[in-house]
Amino acid sequence: MILHDLMSYELLRVIWWGLLGVLLIGFALTDGFDMGVGALLPFVAKADVERRVAINTIGPVWEGNQVWFILGGGAIFAAWPPLYALSFSGFYLAMFVVLAAFIVRPVAFKYRSKREDPRWRATWDWALFASGAVPALLFGVAVGNVIQGVPFHFTDDLMPIYEGAWYMKFIGLLDPFSILAGLVSLSMLIMHGSAWLTLKAEGKVQTRARAIGSIAALVAVGTYVLAGLWLAVGVDGFATVGEVVTDGPSNPLHSEVARTSSWLSAYADRPWIAIAPIMGIAGGLLTFLGLRAGREVSTLLVSKMAIFGVISSVGLTMFPFIMPSSSDPQSSLTVWNSSSSHLTLFVMLVATVIFMPIILMYTAWVYKVLWGKVTEEDVTDNSSSLY
Amino acid sequence: MEFGIVELSRLQFAVTVMYHFLFVPLTLGLSILVAIMETVYVMTNRPIWRQMTKFWGMLFGINFVLGVATGITMEFQFGMNWSYYSHYVGDIFGAPLAIEGLMAFFLEATFVGLFFFGWDKLSKVAHLVVAWLVAIGSNFSALWILIANGWMQNPVGAEFNPMTMRMEMTNFFEVLFNEVAQAKFVHTVSAGYVTASVFVIGVSAWYLLRSRHIELARRSLTVAAAFGLASAFSVVLLGDESGYSATHSQKMKLAAIEAMWETHDAPAPFNLVGFPDQEARETHYAIEIPWAMGLIGTRSLTTEIPGINDLVATAEDRIRSGVIAYDALVEIRETREATDPAILAQFEDHSADLGFAFLLKRYVDDPRDATEEQIIQASNDTVPQVWPLFWAFRIMVGLGFGFIATMAYFFYRASFKGMNFPRPALHLAVWMIPAPWIAAELGWFVAEYGRQPWTVDGVLPTAMSVSALSMTEVALTLAGFVIFYTILFIVEMGLMLKYIRKGPYEDVEATEAWNKRHTDRLSGRRNADAITRPDATPAE
Repeated sequence: MILHDLMSYELLRVIWWGLLGVLLIGFALTDGFDMGVGALLPFVAKADVERRVAINTIGPVWEGNQVWFILGGGAIFAAWPPLYALSFSGFYLAMFVVLAAFIVRPVAFKYRSKREDPRWRATWDWALFASGAVPALLFGVAVGNVIQGVPFHFTDDLMPIYEGAWYMKFIGLLDPFSILAGLVSLSMLIMHGSAWLTLKAEGKVQTRARAIGSIAALVAVGTYVLAGLWLAVGVDGFATVGEVVTDGPSNPLHSEVARTSSWLSAYADRPWIAIAPIMGIAGGLLTFLGLRAGREVSTLLVSKMAIFGVISSVGLTMFPFIMPSSSDPQSSLTVWNSSSSHLTLFVMLVATVIFMPIILMYTAWVYKVLWGKVTEEDVTDNSSSLY
Repeated sequence: MEFGIVELSRLQFAVTVMYHFLFVPLTLGLSILVAIMETVYVMTNRPIWRQMTKFWGMLFGINFVLGVATGITMEFQFGMNWSYYSHYVGDIFGAPLAIEGLMAFFLEATFVGLFFFGWDKLSKVAHLVVAWLVAIGSNFSALWILIANGWMQNPVGAEFNPMTMRMEMTNFFEVLFNEVAQAKFVHTVSAGYVTASVFVIGVSAWYLLRSRHIELARRSLTVAAAFGLASAFSVVLLGDESGYSATHSQKMKLAAIEAMWETHDAPAPFNLVGFPDQEARETHYAIEIPWAMGLIGTRSLTTEIPGINDLVATAEDRIRSGVIAYDALVEIRETREATDPAILAQFEDHSADLGFAFLLKRYVDDPRDATEEQIIQASNDTVPQVWPLFWAFRIMVGLGFGFIATMAYFFYRASFKGMNFPRPALHLAVWMIPAPWIAAELGWFVAEYGRQPWTVDGVLPTAMSVSALSMTEVALTLAGFVIFYTILFIVEMGLMLKYIRKGPYEDVEATEAWNKRHTDRLSGRRNADAITRPDATPAE
């Protein structure tokens, strides 16, 4: 096993930092509209047949989309083990709520229309709504916490310890800035779900989705800009101190970190990263216009652009930090101190380079096969085989 | 034993993983059986086979979705409840999990939607390909999960790095081609095939007993019996292969399953039944089969298999050696790159036993402070509870041979007696439906419980692997999982029974009509008939 020496450890770490972003964005772009449609369900669809139209626009694809979430978990485990160990045990109860949503959602899709009983269907509709809206909110809340720093440290054995009482792992996450971040992600995914419904549905469902979606797009842009201003004045940043070893052993205790006045100094050091927030804001505004104008394909594309811009702006602003510690900055996880070994990163990269294009190809093919609108006639004619 | 965070976390893991594995074996086997049925349909063009594909496919779907839902928990609870484990071995263990997502789970999840929704949108052959991709994806999933699990049983291709305080991969191919993982993979998927076969045979038998859907039931039963017979042989043979590889990689587990306290002169006998006594370290009323254990475990008449007492003595030596490694490790952590080469050499010599020093952490914070008594205690801890393993293993193996006999019988009746099955046999088939699940769960119990006190054999003790959580948190989530899972189980069983009672939901004429319309549509010749009738799969 010497092949991995062909690529430097430093380069592999940066690539895997990028791939972490690709996975999160891939998840938000695909499963994002599933969550958005779930959150929109009670508002865009009133009658049962409308509900079924909305559900069946995502019916054949949500399963594949959800794999982005699972792959995200697996890839963080493989490429950033300390991050996986710390964030999943640290955000313990929030994580459980997200898990519960992701357990209930598949079952709700599959079982909802298997009985005629209106109460049965209403219960599952509620489950679909909650399992879309709650994680959409919590993902943003988690990001808000990460940006502000999370109270943790590592022991000498590198055991991650999240500080504070157990209930703080849920209630403690809900500070004003993080709630604002949660609203960004919730409104953004509702916007994305609306763009999807505009493309895949027609009639009343589409009309309502466009109306709600255009409001959500404005809210997303507004809250995002507000969070940016807040970052400029109200949230301290982090910075590495002294000479940074970029190819040393992955040990969070080996680095030195200090607090700075703001994360936004990154835009002075690397002005080019401003492209990300610009894409986020422009994408949101274009989605608003697209939804108002009733454009279908192009609206979904600009909605994707908005999500891409917003998520990558967080990563680019914080680089090289992945998960800073508010209580013990020395324990902060950065790109340089929390990756897997050189060999593992290389092996994983080879696997990704082989399989990711194949995945993208067959996913594109499946979407192509399923191209076209889901109509009320489709649902009534295929009553027993559709969701 | 005191019930603390370790025990509670283990309980949670056991509950969620055993629940998950209620759905996995059926997914593994039924995906292939459905694909086989659809293959026959595409080759013969006979509507009954399409009817079978859709019927069993529907049951597959109800089951599949719970496998997916409960599998998500598995992917995330390593980080949630086992964060030190995740940090310590994530460098090796995370890779197969991630590759599973890339290579297998994406495949099955992306195409499973098309399997259910694509009948009207795809040509017959394209739909068949989709069915096979779902089956292949499911089975590849099992491969990578068992590579990960195999590494926990037999941690090859990795070594401890004192600078990062964790295990790191040294050779990916050793992890990939771990003999334990390979045997376990075939054993596990075969168990899944047997499960699905028993399920299909049981449900078909139920129809035959009620003289319903006779054409569908007979054919399904025949396919399942043939597939199940081959799988039942495979599951037993590969189980034997697992035992053989355990002889050199997991000696303690093997000795515990066998309740073999003392090392016996080769070839050792096999305890058919008996009552293991952990306190006295002997097995009462044992009925032995001479030579059998030696032959199964070593495939020779001269190789000895070490007994539990000798293995405990070895563990004690390794604990002492591990403490020396730990002593050097503390020094290395302080001095880092500037470490004295003599200390490094000391660490190198003993690092393979570091995990054994961690066994002492249950009793003292610093293993170097351990008393003689604690070392003896820790070495005794390396023996898992024997009687549950002893009996779980024997029930599993008994069921395994039972499956071979049943499958052979049904295969014989189907092939040589014109698919004519006597009623008592059909009754038996219905009652047998739960048996493969029992065998599969017991199999996992033997594999995981038999590895205690380790999460990674000889490397990391279970007691050290947990997260720094409070009892309240773990109890809350455990209660949450149990409530969720119980509700989902009731809902799932309700739907399963509802759809089995209802039977196949399309009749043969409707399928033929669909077939004609479908052919017309794909060839672009829409006639008047197709326009007046909806272009759709016929409903009930």
